[in-house]
Amino acid sequence: MSNQRIHTVDVTARNLKANARLSLKDQQLRNNMRSAMDALISKRIISMPDEDERENLRELGNKIRARALSELPDLLEQLEANLTQQGIQVHWASSTDEANAIVLKIAQARNAKQVIKGKSMVSEEMAMNEHLTEHGIEALESDMGEYIIQLDNEKPTHIIMPAIHKNAEQVGRLFEHRLALPYTDDVDSLIQSARGILREKFFHADIGISGVNFAVAETGTLLLVENEGNGRMSTTVPPVHIAVTGIEKVVANLQDTVPLLSLLTRSALGQGITTYVNMISAPRQPGEFDGPEEVHLVLLDNGRSQAFADSELRQTLNCIRCGACMNHCPVYTRIGGQAYGTVYPGPIGKIISPHLLGLENTPDHPSASSLCGACGEVCPVKIPIPALLRRLREENVKSPQQTGQVMDGQGSRYSSAERLLWKGWQYFNSLPWLYKIGTFFATRFAGLTPKNLGPWTQNHSAPKPAARSLHELAKAHLEKKS
Amino acid sequence: MSHQFYNAGPQETRVAPPRKPARTYPTGKPAQVYLFGTCVVDLFFPEAGMDAIHLLEREGIRVDFPQGQSCCGQPAYTSGYTEQAREVARSQLKLFDNDWPVVVTSGSCAGMFREHYADLFKDEPDTLAKVQHLAARTYELAEFLLHVCQVQLADQGAPLQVALHTSCSARREMNTHLHARALLGQLAQVERVEHDHESECCGFGGTFSVRMPDIAGAMVADKTQSLLASGAQQVVSADCGCLMNINGAFEKQNMPLLGQHLASFLWQRTQAKQEASE
Amino acid sequence: MSAREKILASLRSSLAGTTPVADPFDATLVDEPWRYAPAERVTRLKELMTAVHSEVLLTNRDEWPKLLSDLLAARNIHKLLLAPNTAHGEVFSDHCQAAQNPLQLLAYDRPIEAWKRELFDDVPASFTGTLAGIAATGTLVVQPNPAEPRLMSLVPPLHIALLNASQIHDNLYQAQQHWPTPMPSNLLLISGPSKTADIEQVLAYGAHGPKDLIVLIVEDA
Repeated sequence: MSNQRIHTVDVTARNLKANARLSLKDQQLRNNMRSAMDALISKRIISMPDEDERENLRELGNKIRARALSELPDLLEQLEANLTQQGIQVHWASSTDEANAIVLKIAQARNAKQVIKGKSMVSEEMAMNEHLTEHGIEALESDMGEYIIQLDNEKPTHIIMPAIHKNAEQVGRLFEHRLALPYTDDVDSLIQSARGILREKFFHADIGISGVNFAVAETGTLLLVENEGNGRMSTTVPPVHIAVTGIEKVVANLQDTVPLLSLLTRSALGQGITTYVNMISAPRQPGEFDGPEEVHLVLLDNGRSQAFADSELRQTLNCIRCGACMNHCPVYTRIGGQAYGTVYPGPIGKIISPHLLGLENTPDHPSASSLCGACGEVCPVKIPIPALLRRLREENVKSPQQTGQVMDGQGSRYSSAERLLWKGWQYFNSLPWLYKIGTFFATRFAGLTPKNLGPWTQNHSAPKPAARSLHELAKAHLEKKS
Repeated sequence: MSHQFYNAGPQETRVAPPRKPARTYPTGKPAQVYLFGTCVVDLFFPEAGMDAIHLLEREGIRVDFPQGQSCCGQPAYTSGYTEQAREVARSQLKLFDNDWPVVVTSGSCAGMFREHYADLFKDEPDTLAKVQHLAARTYELAEFLLHVCQVQLADQGAPLQVALHTSCSARREMNTHLHARALLGQLAQVERVEHDHESECCGFGGTFSVRMPDIAGAMVADKTQSLLASGAQQVVSADCGCLMNINGAFEKQNMPLLGQHLASFLWQRTQAKQEASE
Repeated sequence: MSAREKILASLRSSLAGTTPVADPFDATLVDEPWRYAPAERVTRLKELMTAVHSEVLLTNRDEWPKLLSDLLAARNIHKLLLAPNTAHGEVFSDHCQAAQNPLQLLAYDRPIEAWKRELFDDVPASFTGTLAGIAATGTLVVQPNPAEPRLMSLVPPLHIALLNASQIHDNLYQAQQHWPTPMPSNLLLISGPSKTADIEQVLAYGAHGPKDLIVLIVEDA
């Protein structure tokens, strides 16, 4: 199964290490991220204090997602049938190019000049804004965090809180320069300024774009969560609403959204529920006075079917995009979201981006983790993130001779030298006589340990083997005893 | 990182395994145990291995140290060199044939035996049976002392504040942080102080510290700062991978703190005034 | 092959020979931890909604019209968007007429295209009914319909909602048992005025939706 896809990728995804080196030096970023992640970690656990309730719910969330994936094609067809019957038009796209073409076609058919966006990570995958702009259509973000980073020409740093790396002073300066507003770092004032500007944009927009949190097959319903109200604005005011989502976001039944919503809002922001839960099942009906005349759903693959094809990697698609994994990640906290160079950062970013972009474009992502397991411990749908990272590492170092292609870009970190090294390690550790000789030399010539051991001695003094190995000491001791 | 294999067929959509009930321990001390020292202890902290032996022998337990042991296989496994890890694991499996507990001086290596060997041998049903038998009787040292030996430690040392760092896999796979805390809590003159972001990774992650030195460096810098700021005069850990990482960073930054393996710390604190291990 | 065919074929080929996971839904997990004595439902809903800056007032069938007009007067609001052909709309209109309240009552009785500017710029408050409430999360269930369209509870900076105490369910699972089938074109859960914490995690109210939400709970249980 070979997907020869051309991967449009932001070249910085390949430079994770270099990006990280830069962001690690940014003390303002480090401080902002640290305090933000600490707050989110704390909020989550405060909202889920009962271990049994929490863990039982996580298990249920995992099973609901697994069930949906186990029936995904049937559920997608059921979703499509119900949506279509209710007047929502369903489109399918294998690639982001196809998805952009679909959106553009709808926009051009309406002669659209202005598009307002709710919040959609899939639209970032598509680089939708750039595509629309190239065709003379203004695409403006309305989520406060997305609006802020769009003003600053940046990519989002977190999937839920896109501007979390900025503090109020930085936003104040940004508004001062880009919006010609008097400087303030008062958050309420900043929000009110943005509210006023964006209210006009909702008013004039020809098309509203949104994502989908859960697509319910049973009832043909698109469920969206938010706190700000921009999602409802974007999906209700403009005459056309286009929802874009990944093919994996389907759930079987309406009741499935009950535990998933609770898991999502509590894991993401420590909230029992978001301010709004918006359930859309049809466009404006006869007799209704508002709501879009046209509602479209674009279902995007973009590599998800590759993850789906392998039953272990399929678990990647359980994700409900809560962000808890990155909130708890010691790597993400220190390098920030932009260093990953991918739409999805953090642990989920590391396991999904190789499918969306190809491993050859994300060769360091699977290794950018100490496998501490903090992410797997909090994932509301129990994705075994560390195990998947490990599995991706395995795919990454496979030799070109190896049959059975699982992923695009497989073997992108294959190195015959490293393979030889590990082969040597294998012999050393599986042949006791070789191990004995090796440790003998290591201990007797410990003084010859070089002071510079490359990357290790960047952060550490050179470790010196002890004078005698435990093997020798234990042998001597136990022989003396008997 | 549990072995997440639930369904029969290879293509079946996987459901996460249910929460494991709390581990139950055999009553009464065994007469005999195996010790698995781990490769890092073997070469860099052999005194920790010896002190583990002393602690066990003091409980009246005979310790067997199979000379054929080397490494649990974790470094290759986590790096994606699964085949190589499997062969090394296979060699270790030959060494523990008697039905004795296997006590391991590292929570992450114990976790390797208990949680990940099953993944390594999931396609070899015969070996898998052996793995399951091994996993069931594998204990991390602190766990074994606390729950199987029901050890009662008598503190002979002077008042001291101690900070405890627990390896991430030890914490998540073996609950080592709880066992280590309980043992430290038995020492009357020892006050365990918390350090900021205590449950956060120290940045070792096996080959991670070498592959991603910038990120790992930032993590260990924060960890060492935090340990220093805790006010503890001594740092203790039940895992030598972390210790190598933390101590190496302490030394590089000329910080006046060094970490010690839990086994050595406990043995020294509970020794009457005399020379320590041989 | 169309994208649809390609995608479905790929997914089906990946699932060849597999059996679907059985429906795992367990109502007890989402119901039992979130059940309340009837008397507690109002208290909990009020507590949770107030904690996120809603104003929640307990009232009864006789008093709420005057309460509402007093609230509006106190805030210097002279225009209210409501649906005169709903039960609550009619009651309030009659009350205003009888009390000779100068409050200007507007109806959302034509498509939005006909008066969008006015709705956005010149409607300070709206008044709607609710389908139900949810105690566990402090939530209103609002079903837009021809009389009370979707934007009524979104565009005006103040939204006032009337909730019958007898229609407060324990939790979302219970509430869902009473939703219409098929699902209406739009169904909303509203749990407070709009807010954001996107700037430095500092909570700010009145993002894009209403800045204020007032809930009048009619004790009718």
